[in-house]
Amino acid sequence: MVVSDRTRITLRVVALGYLFALVVVPLGMILFRTFEDGIVAFWESVTTPASISAISLSLTIIAIVVPLNVVFGLVTALALARGRFPGRGIVQAVVDLPFAVSPVIVGVSLILLYGVGGWFGGLAESGFRIIFSLPGMVLATIFVTLPFVVREVEPVLREIGAEQEEAAATLGASRLQTFFRITLPAIRWGLAYGIVLTVARALGEFGALIVVAGGVSGESQTLTLLVHARYIDDHNTFGAYSAATVLMGLALIALFLMTVLNKKRESE
Amino acid sequence: MISVKGVSKRFGDFTALDNVSLEVPDGSLTALLGPSGSGKSTLLRIIGGLEYADAGTVEIRGVDVTDVSPQKREIGFVFQHYAAFKHMTVKDNVGFGLRIRKEPKDRIEARVSELLGIVGLAGLAKRYPSQLSGGQRQRMALARALAVEPKVLLLDEPFGALDAKVRAELREWLRRLHDEVHVTTLIVTHDQEEAMSIADNIAVMDNAHIEQVGGPRELYDRPANRFVMGFLGPVASLDGALVRPHDIAISTDSDEGGREAQVTRVSHLGFEVRVELELPEGEPVFAQLTRTEAETLDLASGDIVWLRKSVGGLTLPRDGDPRFVREHDGLDAVA
Repeated sequence: MVVSDRTRITLRVVALGYLFALVVVPLGMILFRTFEDGIVAFWESVTTPASISAISLSLTIIAIVVPLNVVFGLVTALALARGRFPGRGIVQAVVDLPFAVSPVIVGVSLILLYGVGGWFGGLAESGFRIIFSLPGMVLATIFVTLPFVVREVEPVLREIGAEQEEAAATLGASRLQTFFRITLPAIRWGLAYGIVLTVARALGEFGALIVVAGGVSGESQTLTLLVHARYIDDHNTFGAYSAATVLMGLALIALFLMTVLNKKRESE
Repeated sequence: MISVKGVSKRFGDFTALDNVSLEVPDGSLTALLGPSGSGKSTLLRIIGGLEYADAGTVEIRGVDVTDVSPQKREIGFVFQHYAAFKHMTVKDNVGFGLRIRKEPKDRIEARVSELLGIVGLAGLAKRYPSQLSGGQRQRMALARALAVEPKVLLLDEPFGALDAKVRAELREWLRRLHDEVHVTTLIVTHDQEEAMSIADNIAVMDNAHIEQVGGPRELYDRPANRFVMGFLGPVASLDGALVRPHDIAISTDSDEGGREAQVTRVSHLGFEVRVELELPEGEPVFAQLTRTEAETLDLASGDIVWLRKSVGGLTLPRDGDPRFVREHDGLDAVA
């Protein structure tokens, strides 16, 4: 298609303007507000006990969720890509379910299951708290991040095919040896990409957590909940901006890794 | 020896193998030849343990391996698309089986360089598979399979993904390699020329069955049925019988008798000359002549000629029981 210079420039201006107005300006505003009073004010705001507790809680959740999702994601992806079993279509749909279900619904459903009077409410009475506590937050985060590793690894597995694994088996390798020496190296960039997506999504999770966690400062308040609490409850807008900047910084690291990994993945 | 007895395999509604039995003699190079979907690859994969049979048994050197995993079968398997370990160098690919067996490092080193020498990749040990041509990758895959000194070597369309020239070279190279190494080898191919040029024995498969097993010459000269005859070479039809086109004699002299036909096209294909003809009732026939024969006859489109079946040539009845073999030696087919 031949496009005149004028049209091309107009299209560019519209596209960039759209991006600028909707993404750059809001994010820029937060950065501007955060550093308006200098870096010291920012630093003090993000190193309060509540803030440090929120950062470490967010990272703790990620540290628990990522390994679980990696193991589950690899097993599921292998089953879907290599297995021939009835009900594969159902598993495919269930894996995608977290994409479709609003996180708030996940939070509510967890309360119905584990809250007082829920099916497994007895757990709370016996002293093992799930709702308003770390286990519930982990469960909610696992739910919303469940598809990423599976969806990144499965197509890579399909693409490399089973032949390399079969060749390893005929050369005397056990299933475990085949997995660690052949399969894992072949899917490493896809897996890494899935992990980074999981981390990014887990960092940003809000809807399910606000229902499940309760957001008790210093106890069950993640970074997203801290931003929300400072802004809405404490009317501490500067504190909210600072916490949001930390969140954004972590997300930018994830974004950078995603870009690098995506290139690696595509070059293989 | 590989001994397959009564093996059947279904994939859903599709029958890949129906009660198939086969014996591959020790030290031989045997080809499984057939069209795609005939079950030949499935049979090879069952022998290699990559698929399991629904019924029947597989023995390798007298040991029943029907339920043994591929890991423990002591086989070498070569795939059509090489199955190279992409993240390993050529050297590490070839040494993979030995490392799994925890052989000492210096022994692995020695064995790998010996094998790379045999397959002609000595200078490429440190390359990655992506830096090799298709033919080189397949030679690497062969070296990798041979490194563990397998009891049998199973090759699944090993040259199928290569271009014609490389395919012909590797085919000859494989035959020479086999004459040196003598490992019992079973090769799957859909290319009759490939099977005839390298194999001691050929098992022709069609439609989940083995149709006939024999040496290349035996299969060509005495096919058990029309399928085998048609699969191993071109077939022309003359008066209700199937004939090899080179067994049709053409004469420009009506006194010699035979069926009258008109030449419709003459194609010069180098040594061979292909003559297309039409019988009076409109039925097409084609014949193959040598260049010398064609020059003597000097045929041109439109010429009227007389066709006979050459003395000693093979025919099969075109209709009726396809498994019926009729000996025609010395008999004129155009009665």
